[in-house]
Formats: sequence, structure tokens, C-alpha cells
Amino acid sequence: MTSSVEKTTGHRTWKKPPFIANPAIRWAIILGVLAYVVWAVTSLPFNWERIQEGIPRAIRIFKGAFPPDMIRGELVLQGFLESIKIAIVATLAGVMLSVPIAFAAASNIAPKWLYNVGRGIIIIARSFHPVIVAILFVKAVGFGPLAGILTLTIYSIGFVAKMLAERIEEIDWGQVEAIRAAGGGTFITMLYAVIPQIMPRQIGLSIYQLDSNLRASAVVGIVGAGGIGSTLMNAFRRYDYDFALAITLCIIGVILISEAISGRIRRNIW
Amino acid sequence: MLRIKDLVKRYGKDEAVLKDLNLEVPGESVVAIIGASGAGKSTLLRCINRLVEPTSGSIDLNGTELTTLSGGDLRLARRRIGMIFQGFNLINRLTVMENVLSGRLGYVPAWRAMTRNFPQSDIDRAFQLMERVGIAHYANKRADELSGGERQRVGVVRALMQEPEILLADEPTASLDPKTSRQIMELLRALASELHLPVLINIHNVTEAKEYTQRIVGMRFGRIIFDSVPTDLTQDAMDEIYAGVPAEERGETGDPESLREVVSQ
Repeated sequence: MTSSVEKTTGHRTWKKPPFIANPAIRWAIILGVLAYVVWAVTSLPFNWERIQEGIPRAIRIFKGAFPPDMIRGELVLQGFLESIKIAIVATLAGVMLSVPIAFAAASNIAPKWLYNVGRGIIIIARSFHPVIVAILFVKAVGFGPLAGILTLTIYSIGFVAKMLAERIEEIDWGQVEAIRAAGGGTFITMLYAVIPQIMPRQIGLSIYQLDSNLRASAVVGIVGAGGIGSTLMNAFRRYDYDFALAITLCIIGVILISEAISGRIRRNIW
Repeated sequence: MLRIKDLVKRYGKDEAVLKDLNLEVPGESVVAIIGASGAGKSTLLRCINRLVEPTSGSIDLNGTELTTLSGGDLRLARRRIGMIFQGFNLINRLTVMENVLSGRLGYVPAWRAMTRNFPQSDIDRAFQLMERVGIAHYANKRADELSGGERQRVGVVRALMQEPEILLADEPTASLDPKTSRQIMELLRALASELHLPVLINIHNVTEAKEYTQRIVGMRFGRIIFDSVPTDLTQDAMDEIYAGVPAEERGETGDPESLREVVSQ
């Protein structure tokens, strides 16, 4: 038997095929991106005079911030405790709401109309940054931790429900078939064939979201939704730059710790 | 007694996968269904317990017409039909005992299923069956810690927990090594006679089909073209059922020369 390889003589070259096959489209995209970058950079209103004036002011603030000073330590502690409370309550509420929404938003499980409702909720929950949501809630329910909790609950739904729905869409369908074949109803089938498969992801997502909510609670606090963010904002308002820097350092420390803990737990989920 | 009449299954507008299929499985017989991939064997089994919706025709199990059932009635019918899968389809992250007890999900109320609080009689039956197939000591192990043969035993016990009136086995040994595969076939044969169960087995391995069953049904392109005792399955009949399928895929010894040729190129 003679193969085609032996018959062919001479060199045969090979190059990796380009990412975009059509050369016209490829060059149009490359030139288009370049042109946009040049236009964007040249048209931005950099006012060099104002930047020059601002530099000494920035130096003054930083000088005022050093050395950092924990003058009102109990405020920091209170702020953190409130932030942690906000994060935990929001994560619990968010995760509990996320599970049914995720089931609704999984195309392999939910009927079409329910799928659209589920996806719709997720898209709405994801479409605004937590700071914008926080501004709305501060207006609606007033300053304080309740606004923070509501904000981060919505933030949690946007992330946890979306990721969980995607995990549900990847499940091994054979296990669902097996429980159905045994005569299990819809709810029982979810409970036995779907939940065990998505459990590790669910736990991992919840821990990640707790960590993420703790970070976000510092940000939404700045617009008045309670927690350490509010403490930080008050310090800035009083020109206590040294205190503000101390709070900032504490936030960094707490977030490093929470990230280390959550990372370790997520790694160890079997 | 399972009676299938004029069964048709068509996916969308494609050619039908099952064409006017008729089959009767009386009493406690073990029936092997053989045929090339795509002949419709798996679709046939899945039509019986309605994991696949038949397009038309009738399926009657001991006096119940299965094709028209829906909702709660369908679930009540499904629990009378045990199914064993090629990929075992165990709930990997649950224990062996939970998997076995999941065969009772068509019987117990939801709160019992949720709290894993199954009736004592179910637990007794579970231990009894697990001892029968030799997996009782794994009760609290996770299902994915078991070997392939052990997992399929769990699958068999789960199906038997349903107190089924018929057992459907969809390529139960295709994911197993030859030795384990024979053990599972032997087990199915023994259980069928002990429990007086009719068993329908889709199988690729013709040698095993001949050895462990009393009746062989050959399918080709959605039709039954052979239905007789194993001794009637002659070379001619095989060629007709498997036209175009090489011998190695039927579980018969292949010609090693052809492979050596390909490798040496």
C-alpha cells in the first residue's frame, strides 16, 4: 500500500492559519482599532495646567496622611463589624434567592418562558454597578446598613445565580434520567440528580461572594450605605487624612485575610 | 407481559428511528436486543419508560397503556419499570445507600426523600439486595469511589429497589472490562430467574448475548429483522443485522493483520 505522503516530493510549508481568515476583515479591524486609539488619545481634554496645580495639593494630602493614625480605633472596629454584618446578611439572602433563580435560568431544566424570566432577573441584577444600586437604595431607605444589605443582595444574585445557572446547564444528564426512570417527580429529581452535582460549585460561589461582598461593602459605604466605607468617608470629610490612611490600611489587611481564608476553603472543597 | 405495537419514533422531520415496531415480551424471559449503533435499540428502551416520547403506536405493560400517561400516572408507571444504564448514571456525590434508596423515590413522599428518612422496610430491602450482589459493605461509601463493576451493581440494585415488573438494561456492560462484563450479565440472568422478571437487554457483544439470554432480537434501521432463540443466529443472520459493521465491533475476534498494517505505515 502506498500512501500519499510518499508520492509527494519537495518541501511543504505550514503556517498557523490567521485568527481571522478573511484578510480584508482582518486588516479593517487592525486599522480601525489603531485609528480609534489615535483619535481617542488626541481628543481627550488633558488640561496640563490644572494637573500641575493639583500635584502640590496631592502632596499636601499625602503629607497629612503620614504617619497613619488610629485616633478613633473604636470607630474603625464598629465600621468593620457593620461591614461584616452587611456582607454576611447580604450573602445569605443573595445565595438563597440565587438558587431558585439559577434553576429558572438554566436552559436544560426550565421551560422557555421561565428561562426568559430567570435570565431577565440576572441581567437586571448585573446591569448596574453596586455603587449605582447603593445610591438608589440610600435614596429609598435612607443612610445606613439596610441600604448596603439590599445593594449587595442584588449584587450577589447577579453573580451567584448566573454562575450557578451555567453549572446547572453543564450537569451530567444521565443522573437526571436515572431518577426520572425511577419515578421521581420534578422536585425530587432536582433534589437528587441536580443538587448533588452543583453543590461544590454552590459552596465555592457562596464563599467567594462573601469575600467579594466584604470588599464591595467598603465601596458602597462611601455613598452612605453603612459599614467601614462610611467611616472612611467621614474621615475624609473632616480632613483627618492620617486617620483615613489608617482605615485604608486596615481595609487592605482585612481583605487580604478574607481572601486567604476564602481561597483556602475553596481549594479544599472536594 | 410487555406488548409493543406499531411503535414509531421520529425526531423532528428526520427519517423515523423506529418504524412500525412490534414486540412481545412474555413472562420472565431474558431478551437481548442486538444491532449496529443507530439501529434504534436505545430509543426503543427509552420509549418504554418514556424517557423518549414515542411518536405513535402502543406500549402495554401488564394491562397499562404507557404511551398516553402523563404527570403522576406516568411516575407511577415508571416506578414499575427498572432501568440500568451504560454509564451507570449513579449520583456520584451521594453514598451507595442513597443511590440504592433512590430507587424508592417513586414510592416515598417528598419529605422522606428530602430528609433521607426512608421507611425501615426500604432499608431492609436495600441491605438484602446489596448483600445479594456483594456491595453491602460499601453502603456509606461515595458512589464514585467504586470500580465500574461495583457501580453497575449499585445500578442494578437501584433498579430492583423499584420492585419492577420489567427490567430495561441499556448496554449495561459496554463500559466494563470483559471479565466484569460477564459477571454483570450472569447477575442479570440469575436475578431475572430469582425474581421472575422479564429483562430487556441492549447489547453490543453478540457472544454474551448468545450465552446469557434465551431470545435474541436483531434490529436494523428501526425494524426488527430477527427474533428467535440464540442457536438460530447464524452467520447469515448476523451479516444481515450487522451489514457493514466490522467483526471486531461485534465482540468477535478481529483480524490483527489489518491493524498491524495501519500502524507500520
